Amino acid sequence: MTAPSSEALRVEHIAKRFGPVTALRDINMRLNYGEVLGLIGDNGAGKSTLIKIMTGFQQPDAGTIFVNGQEVKLNSVQQARELGIETVYQDLALINELSVYHNMFLKRELRIGPFLNNAAMRRQAREFLNQMGVNVPSVDVEVSKLSGGQRQAIAIARAVSSNAKILLLDEPLAAMGAKEGAQILDLINRLKSQGVAIIMIGHNYAQVLEVADRVNLLQHGEITFDKPAGKDLMDEITDIIMQEYRATKLGTSANGSVKSGTPTSA
Amino acid sequence: MADEALTAAPIPPPTSTPPPALAVLQKAWRFILQQRTLSVALIAVAMVIYFQLSKSVFLSAGNLQTLIQYISETAIIAAGEVMLLICGEIDLSVGSVYALAPFVMYYANQNGVPLLGGIVIALLVCAAIGFINGFASVYFRVPSLIATLGTQLLVSGVTLVITNATPVLTPDTFPKVTSFAKLFGNNPYFEISWTLAIVIVMQALLSMTPWGLRTVATGGNPLGASEVGIGANRIKMVHFMVASALAGFAGVLGAFRVGSTDPLAGGTTIMFNAIAGAVIGGTALTGGSGTVIGALLGVCVLGILQDGITLIGVNADYYYIVVGAAILAAMILNVRLSQLRKAGQS
Repeated sequence: MTAPSSEALRVEHIAKRFGPVTALRDINMRLNYGEVLGLIGDNGAGKSTLIKIMTGFQQPDAGTIFVNGQEVKLNSVQQARELGIETVYQDLALINELSVYHNMFLKRELRIGPFLNNAAMRRQAREFLNQMGVNVPSVDVEVSKLSGGQRQAIAIARAVSSNAKILLLDEPLAAMGAKEGAQILDLINRLKSQGVAIIMIGHNYAQVLEVADRVNLLQHGEITFDKPAGKDLMDEITDIIMQEYRATKLGTSANGSVKSGTPTSA
Repeated sequence: MADEALTAAPIPPPTSTPPPALAVLQKAWRFILQQRTLSVALIAVAMVIYFQLSKSVFLSAGNLQTLIQYISETAIIAAGEVMLLICGEIDLSVGSVYALAPFVMYYANQNGVPLLGGIVIALLVCAAIGFINGFASVYFRVPSLIATLGTQLLVSGVTLVITNATPVLTPDTFPKVTSFAKLFGNNPYFEISWTLAIVIVMQALLSMTPWGLRTVATGGNPLGASEVGIGANRIKMVHFMVASALAGFAGVLGAFRVGSTDPLAGGTTIMFNAIAGAVIGGTALTGGSGTVIGALLGVCVLGILQDGITLIGVNADYYYIVVGAAILAAMILNVRLSQLRKAGQS
């Protein structure tokens, strides 16, 4: 196992534009193994773009990415995955029409010759989900029949079972009841104790603070805030958000428009 | 590595047995899904019984051969179409490809290529048309419904021009039918054997291989599939080419069966029957689900219906009304089912 608290992922001076819109200005970020980094920010602040870059889905216009201290170029999702970086997206990359175990093994199916080895996939999926404490009625059930929490848990389990060491969770608690959310937070804590490096994106700050060791705030394509999570942090963040809100409102009423350069939805 | 870490972690004991009520519901639901194919088969059987009771010639050897001929070629086209529908695309050009393929074989043969080589060339040309369909749909993002409507007309036009709109005799069928011609469609039992073999291979591909799984994923959740790293474009391209090549092969079988190669063969009728058969057999037009076996059964239902209506002396035009209504009903059911599934999720 990778030594905990050694550096997993570091990005320096990452910038990304979409035509006239600057999504990311100058991003610097660092993540250790066994650490949960909460990445928060308003809608359109650039969170999703940043995640997509760190997972190889999009390429930055500028900046460098380091995995385990080595500079890397992430040109594809496959490449990022080979380095142990896996993302669980908020739109869930699960396929409703397929069973739980087929979803768990999608794109890395076990086979006998050219054929699927369903028995082995079924057994391994069941064992793995049991170990992780993820509870589903049966691994044979179609994913469309599961609750939001179960689906999220399976998506995370899939990432971990594919040997992900750096896990990016995009809004893992979106559209989830309190009880289900608590189960996912448990799961995140368990992964953390196993040394997985986790970035958790969310705009419910209270939930993020519940598991995060450190919090980064993304505003207008820049990290404006990087502090360890503590009991006063919530107030501090609330103040910053309120300031921004007031500034935006003032700007709007003064100019009649939101200040230019504000990234739209990324 | 992951294992020891996982067992070392404090894990609450999982409750492995599902609540009994849920398990029962799941079983019932899965049974209904499986029944979709079963119910189409039952409809086919019921129709056979009805037509046999009305007209005793229905199950005669002669009529069965007619049925086989109707079903074989349409089901081969449907097999390719189902795969396309599952990955979220459609091909309307299969009917004109069906007409073009035997002409490619014919002209190759006229130029000294042996017939088998001619068939291979014909299938390659058809695959190339499939490639164009795929390229337009996948890379230019023209909806395949529109793109293949274009190639349908285009290919049809090309066929008419190069043939001067005149049928020719299929090689090896006149004055004496050779065993080669029999093997490639002139004999109904060989023809249905081709169909069954193709259906079995395609169904196995769909439900027993990673490729099939990824095809379902591509149609079921395109964004999700690409996030997992599935090359959806490549999968679609291959299915476009396979569907087109299968349509071409069906056309070759048809040309040997009839003995003449007709530029107006196939067309929209066989295309529509193939897609209708697939839909009646349980393939969702929205992508993500369907079976090749179901499409074969759907085509059988349509074939039995058309044949039976003609036999009992009903005006054959009623067939279109019945088929139109059946397709509409099947599609409404399809959409309703997927809506119910979505509602079940949230």
